[in-house]
Amino acid sequence: MHASGVHTSPSARIDRRRVARGLLLAVPLAFLGVFFVYPVASIIGRGLTPGGTLDLSPLGAVVTDPHLRDVAWFTIWQATVSTALTVLVALPGAYVFARYEFRGERLVRAAVLVPFVLPTVVVGSAFLALLGEGGPLGFLGLDQSLAAILLAHVFFNYAVVVLIVGGLWSHLDPRQEDAARVLGAGRWQTFRAVTMPSLRPAIAAAAAIVFLFTFTSFGVILILGGPGYSTLETEIYRQTVQFLDLPQAAALSIVQLAAVVAVLLVAGRAQGRRAQALRLRASAETSRRARTAGERTMVGVNLALMAVLLGGPIAVLVQRSFDTAGGYGFGFYRALSELRRTSTVFVPPIEAVRNSVVFASIATVIALVIGGLAAFAVVGPGRRAEPARGLDTLLLLPLGVSAVTIGFGFLIALDRPPFDLRGSPALIPIAHALVAAPFVARVMIPVLRSIDERLREAAAVLGAPPGRVWREIDLPIVARAMLVAAGFAFAISLGEFGATIFIARPDYPTLPVVIFRLLGQPGPLNFGAAMAASVILMAVTAAAIFAIERFRFADIGEF
Amino acid sequence: MRRLLVLTLAVSILVTAVAAAGPVAATASAPTGSSGTTITLMTHDSFNVSKSVMRQFTKETGVKVDVLPSGDAGAAVNQAILTKSNPLGDVFFGVDNTLLSRALDEGLFIPYRSPELDHISKDLQLDPRNRVSPVDTGDVCLNFDRKYFAKKKLSAPKTLDDLTKPQYKGLLVVENPATSSPGLAFLLATVAKFGPDGWRAYWEKLRNNDVKVVDGWEQAYNTEFSGSAGKGDYPLVVSYASSPPAEVVNAHPAPSQPPTGALLDTCFRQIEFVGVMKGTAHEKAAKKLVDFMLSDRFQRDMPLQMYVFPARDGTKLPTAFVKFAKVAPSPFTLPPDEIARNRDQWIDEWTNTVVR
Repeated sequence: MHASGVHTSPSARIDRRRVARGLLLAVPLAFLGVFFVYPVASIIGRGLTPGGTLDLSPLGAVVTDPHLRDVAWFTIWQATVSTALTVLVALPGAYVFARYEFRGERLVRAAVLVPFVLPTVVVGSAFLALLGEGGPLGFLGLDQSLAAILLAHVFFNYAVVVLIVGGLWSHLDPRQEDAARVLGAGRWQTFRAVTMPSLRPAIAAAAAIVFLFTFTSFGVILILGGPGYSTLETEIYRQTVQFLDLPQAAALSIVQLAAVVAVLLVAGRAQGRRAQALRLRASAETSRRARTAGERTMVGVNLALMAVLLGGPIAVLVQRSFDTAGGYGFGFYRALSELRRTSTVFVPPIEAVRNSVVFASIATVIALVIGGLAAFAVVGPGRRAEPARGLDTLLLLPLGVSAVTIGFGFLIALDRPPFDLRGSPALIPIAHALVAAPFVARVMIPVLRSIDERLREAAAVLGAPPGRVWREIDLPIVARAMLVAAGFAFAISLGEFGATIFIARPDYPTLPVVIFRLLGQPGPLNFGAAMAASVILMAVTAAAIFAIERFRFADIGEF
Repeated sequence: MRRLLVLTLAVSILVTAVAAAGPVAATASAPTGSSGTTITLMTHDSFNVSKSVMRQFTKETGVKVDVLPSGDAGAAVNQAILTKSNPLGDVFFGVDNTLLSRALDEGLFIPYRSPELDHISKDLQLDPRNRVSPVDTGDVCLNFDRKYFAKKKLSAPKTLDDLTKPQYKGLLVVENPATSSPGLAFLLATVAKFGPDGWRAYWEKLRNNDVKVVDGWEQAYNTEFSGSAGKGDYPLVVSYASSPPAEVVNAHPAPSQPPTGALLDTCFRQIEFVGVMKGTAHEKAAKKLVDFMLSDRFQRDMPLQMYVFPARDGTKLPTAFVKFAKVAPSPFTLPPDEIARNRDQWIDEWTNTVVR
């Protein structure tokens, strides 16, 4: 390698860029290799070699079985519709957050992430309270229906679209739109011709994540859809966890993987080769108070929608947590620290909060490192070379593979040193980071892509080494995206998504674990205490996101 | 810019500091100061015991126990099978008679005849080679909402046949046997009652009588059932014979009578077993734990911790159990090998009959 000096030749600079890119790539690749590819390959391999020899017949059987073909088709169909609906419902919300200031904006922004962390069984009970036969919306007949599945998917994923798209939108220069309007374009035309093309990478990124989440949706299908609906994910769960039919599960997992890869490739193509460079502005400069009646209506309607869609089920949970046999009060919250105090499963609520926050912090740091490095590798220095594009897709795959497959894969693959993680607490944040890292990358990539390459070139021409270019040009712009990403990562981990709920794990009770344990026992105190724990989980989430938001404002003011 | 770096640094330091302090929940429940062996108890998520009881075990034997909850009963057994060449634990608690044959066929356990077995009914000792020992029983029975039936001046159903009568149309919620262990137990009750050829016709009648099927017990009991906390719309639910006393114990203020009751002619008996896992490096300590779990001290503790009945004869029951928990006089059962042979097929046929 050339010695570094002031007078580096062009070829030396390209070499250094290659090395930098190689280093950036190595870390996420190693992480994914060890904690995703290897476990998943192990469990699928075990399924395909039942007697020690390769047997692909289950795969053939799956592909030709008409019932399973229906299942595969329904899986893709419901995910597509759910994604389209979520984007449609959430885009106006993203616009409102990006362009307008209103009282309590930061609080609302933190609150939209709350649904994201709630255990499905808890949300399910709130939805059923609203949609069930005796509920206020019971007349709609949505209980155990496709509509209930779609509605729940919008509920859970609204934040994904609002925050990812809103994040980029708030940096777009509104003067471009103003110019179009001055030149006579209508609102719709301006949106289509000016705003939409700029937003496309962010919409594609958000849609890909929502698609993968709904594609592998598990609790929503089982709880809100009822037994009449099954997806590839629920079938894999049944075959693995209930029947231990590994060949069948392996065949289904391959079909699931193939479908995910196909969809990601199509989406990648639709997204276009590269986002155009944009003139990005500080978000404070692009938003203002709503002035006209039309603008105020826009803000009001969207806030009302959020209040009903997100606030309705949440309000049910809050109400139930106070609704004790002796009238409204804190009885269930007290019960949290009293119920089964003498037993081994008891954990004081404050300790459950602490466990949750510790795991979430570690998972967030891992996800930021892995996802951040991957994002810079995909877009970063010398981005004209494109070998890192595959990483972008690879990184998303954990979202599209069954949590059961990953979890059971962990068990048989990571069972000897140096990666003997079975029964280790490290398993938990790693599994969470696997889900959170793609979020980080997907939030950051559109913003990084939109940075004008000429800025970087100008800095380089003026003699700044690549590290400095990154620090001075990329980092300030991407800082906000990173904080959005951190919020997601934190929330994902708090909600205990991912592989951990299906597998043996050491006993560090987090809030979701406490909720599950309480719901697993009969009696009104257990149920009420579970509701109280859910409310605490929501409060912790909102507080954490709110704190992260504060940092974000401090930073963005500078750029 | 600099603020971001400072922030990142601060967060990293904080995280490292807190992580080093460590989540201590697990160790908090384990006794300290023991210099002996530590063994791992692999079990399902419903396992629970009083701290004082486990402390006593460690005091008497010098053996510390780490509990490894591994999902529901089915998931826990399957994980044990998947990892049998490099086992996750030394003792497994909680394989039941619906999963027993699979676990035994896979060779998960080594034979061990605990001296405590002399105090346990022969009827429960389903493995002649003693690879597992019965530790508790639980009856999966229909529960009913007393208030609902009193208000409607309707007598509660008594038998499985009653459920197909028109006056009980649309009143029953059950769990999906493909995803729920009480759901499977109830399906097995109907197989035991109506025979391998008759049960489908029975379920067709249930279906015509508008039975509702949901994913799991939590949803059925807490959300759909009208007799418990969720105040749902269905006054009949598949739950346990021990659920009514829990409605008294886990309520504040505690009612003098449970608001629910169990229908004792509809029950399927689940028997849970404990065994020493093959491949353990601590065979002696593992056997001690099995002995302890079958002893009076542990058995007495079980009812209020896990809402099950002790397997050991003559174990003193807590007051709430004596008053409100009834044991089914002649529950339905099926031989474990028959269950193992037909389980998956029955579930598939059930799915085709009831939900497609």
